[in-house]
Amino acid sequence: MAAARKQNAYRIAVASGKGGTGKTTVALNLAAMFGEPVQLADCDVEEPNDNLFLRCEQLTPHEVTMLVPEVDPQRCNGCGACGELCQFRGIVSLGSRALVFPELCHGCGGCALVCPTGALTEHPHRIGTISVGQSGTIRLIEGRLEVGVSLVPPVIRAVRDQLLDDVPAILDAPPGTSCPVVATLRESDYLVLVTDPTPFGLHDLKLAVALAKELGLPCGVVVNRAGEDLVGLHSYCQAENLPILLSLPDDRQIAEVTSRGDLVALALPEYGQMFSELATKLKHELTHPGGTP
Amino acid sequence: MNKIAFTTAGQELSAALDPRFGRAARFLIYDLQSKSVQIIENQQGRNAAQGAGIQAAETVVKAGVDTLVTGHCGPKAFKVLAAAGVQVFNCNAATVDEALHELLVGRLPAAENSDVEGHW
Repeated sequence: MAAARKQNAYRIAVASGKGGTGKTTVALNLAAMFGEPVQLADCDVEEPNDNLFLRCEQLTPHEVTMLVPEVDPQRCNGCGACGELCQFRGIVSLGSRALVFPELCHGCGGCALVCPTGALTEHPHRIGTISVGQSGTIRLIEGRLEVGVSLVPPVIRAVRDQLLDDVPAILDAPPGTSCPVVATLRESDYLVLVTDPTPFGLHDLKLAVALAKELGLPCGVVVNRAGEDLVGLHSYCQAENLPILLSLPDDRQIAEVTSRGDLVALALPEYGQMFSELATKLKHELTHPGGTP
Repeated sequence: MNKIAFTTAGQELSAALDPRFGRAARFLIYDLQSKSVQIIENQQGRNAAQGAGIQAAETVVKAGVDTLVTGHCGPKAFKVLAAAGVQVFNCNAATVDEALHELLVGRLPAAENSDVEGHW
């Protein structure tokens, strides 16, 4: 845990590998039944949807920007040094004035450093929005990527920067196992992996477990839409020493409540109980680590 | 018009014209004065994670080309080519020599803008 953070201000990330397994469902219902004030970070910045369920009355937004070069045509002599340095084709100069492609720029600032004539200055370019709101005991931080922007990790880091150091946090990760997920998982204390009992779910769970190992993160599994055929999944979890923290049945009622934009844990008491138990288990795992893969 | 670049997957004038620019396999450069053919690989453009069109534009500009004949050209590539003074001609001919013929008889109008969105 990061040094500045208070004891018990744990950060629990919810990820999956495969998309559509129920990360958001688990993150939201866990937050609702956490038993104490909690922060929920919606790090799925390409399609944030936690607030569809929380409906915070007021979200306070502010911009996330990245520095992008601008060319002074009077000073640029077309030497091409900027384009030679840039690995992302964010700036190109072929004997004429340098051309900037902000959507390809990664904001490293290298071009402005190598420019011999001082023709490049850096200016903030909007890449997303962060909004903070409150719904009951849940403090929501939502990141939203600007349309047309493909640089996800800086927006996720901006979401994490808004997390308070004295309140526990649940981070709702994007699907997959690439950079945006890694950006979400950094500085987390525990990883909840949500899977469904399909061959695809198991395949991608293995990738996510490999990622957790790489990052040295202890993790446990939530099985969603658990049906009859769980043998393969269970034997994999056993072999990897992964605790199964919760098994949610394939219940039509869950789908109905969720499609109305309501929380299962609040609408159906038996599921409220299950998510309370999940919160208790996670707090136990965090204070008595034993589930390290 | 002096040196013309064609996008192609082949090696000679009879080869197919590649409708893609940024991710074309290679460029056939035809020199109008000497009537000679030169092949330039588009390895960097094909393998680029992003900005393939910009990379391909750089490659043809550095080859000293003043004209490009291809199927389609996206906005970023077009911007780089225009800044470097390369004229772009969109063409749906099947082969490079058919495209060359259409260009020389004046049947191809010079593109004034990109004709497709990025990543078409």
